[in-house]
Amino acid sequence: MLKYLAGVTTLELDVETCTGCGVCVVVCPHAVLAIEGTTARIVDLDACMECGACSRNCPVGALQVDAGVGCATGVIFSALGKDRDCCCE
Amino acid sequence: MNYAIQPEVYAVGDPTPDSPVLVSANYKLSFDHLRREMGGLDAWILVIDTKGVNVWCAAGKGTFGTDEIVRRVELTRLAERVNHRKLIVPQLGAPGVAAHEVKRRTHFGVTYGPVRAEDIPAFVAAGMQATPEMRRVRFDLWDRLVVMPVELVLWGRYALVAMACLFLLGGVSRQGYDSTHLVAIGGRAALLVWMAYLCGGLLTPMLLPWLPGRAFSVKGAVAGVLLAAGVVLGGWLTWAGLAGLLETLSWVLLMPAISAFLAMNYTGASTYTSLSGVKREMRIAVPAQIAAAVIGSALWLAARCV
Repeated sequence: MLKYLAGVTTLELDVETCTGCGVCVVVCPHAVLAIEGTTARIVDLDACMECGACSRNCPVGALQVDAGVGCATGVIFSALGKDRDCCCE
Repeated sequence: MNYAIQPEVYAVGDPTPDSPVLVSANYKLSFDHLRREMGGLDAWILVIDTKGVNVWCAAGKGTFGTDEIVRRVELTRLAERVNHRKLIVPQLGAPGVAAHEVKRRTHFGVTYGPVRAEDIPAFVAAGMQATPEMRRVRFDLWDRLVVMPVELVLWGRYALVAMACLFLLGGVSRQGYDSTHLVAIGGRAALLVWMAYLCGGLLTPMLLPWLPGRAFSVKGAVAGVLLAAGVVLGGWLTWAGLAGLLETLSWVLLMPAISAFLAMNYTGASTYTSLSGVKREMRIAVPAQIAAAVIGSALWLAARCV
């Protein structure tokens, strides 16, 4: 199973605010979250790719992440002042 | 080539006002793939305007998003065409779509369909239920191969320029310019650049799970070092003489640098790298690649002049 760098993701879950609706578990492409008991829990933090699907779909704002595209070319383009944040389009 | 199709409601099969509505990007390949994989399902496809970009990329940019879905539901008067109030949105649209927001603004509830269109028949048959596997994104060999060409084409033109430059510089010597060296020295240099480019842009993606390190630049650098070692051990580069030593050292730096750079840029085509992680790896990788490229180039030029 391919894993990227550990200890870098900005994903945070506020368990107190979480209502356990489960949408975050549905939308996550890498099974980072799971419902345990009555709330969601982060079960595989380092699998998070910061796509932002969970935080955008949380109806109560219990999830926060600095969503972005993990693309080195995009970082290079931004640093060079181009307005594209990705290599395509 | 224009791959955008008109945003509209399309019919697949023979749908009725009770048939499900699936949402798609207006990228022709996304749309055709969806239609093909749906099986015999009678359904409506609501194609939204993502500027001809596929679902996941557009979702990351926000163009496959809440606002566009709301706009398109209103423009197509979808509520007058179906009796139900349900939209099936591809799961990979979720980074751009707030399901509860779409519901609030259109009164259409959002159900997230499976990641892969080929799972739609099973998903529908199970009553709009997805298995955990249907919601996982992988990056298997085939997945890695199909996204390689984009990267190779993007950087290929720079590789060709570098190859041309080194080819022409191959004639440089202390006695002035000697074009009889072009093929042997310049040609070899161009070929080694090409090999390093393929090492980082093709070989590293293929061997991704088995190359050491988690950072893509590290995997590319290791592959580049192994390639350089192979070239030396294969007798194509020699340690003999000052010129030979300088030249060989230059390639031991240049090949991993080129390979690491190409591999690092493959992160954008991958399905699991985070932006935070990419920034972290670049903080070390980019200065290292620049240093290796500059020193390697200097050594190569020095080899020409001894």
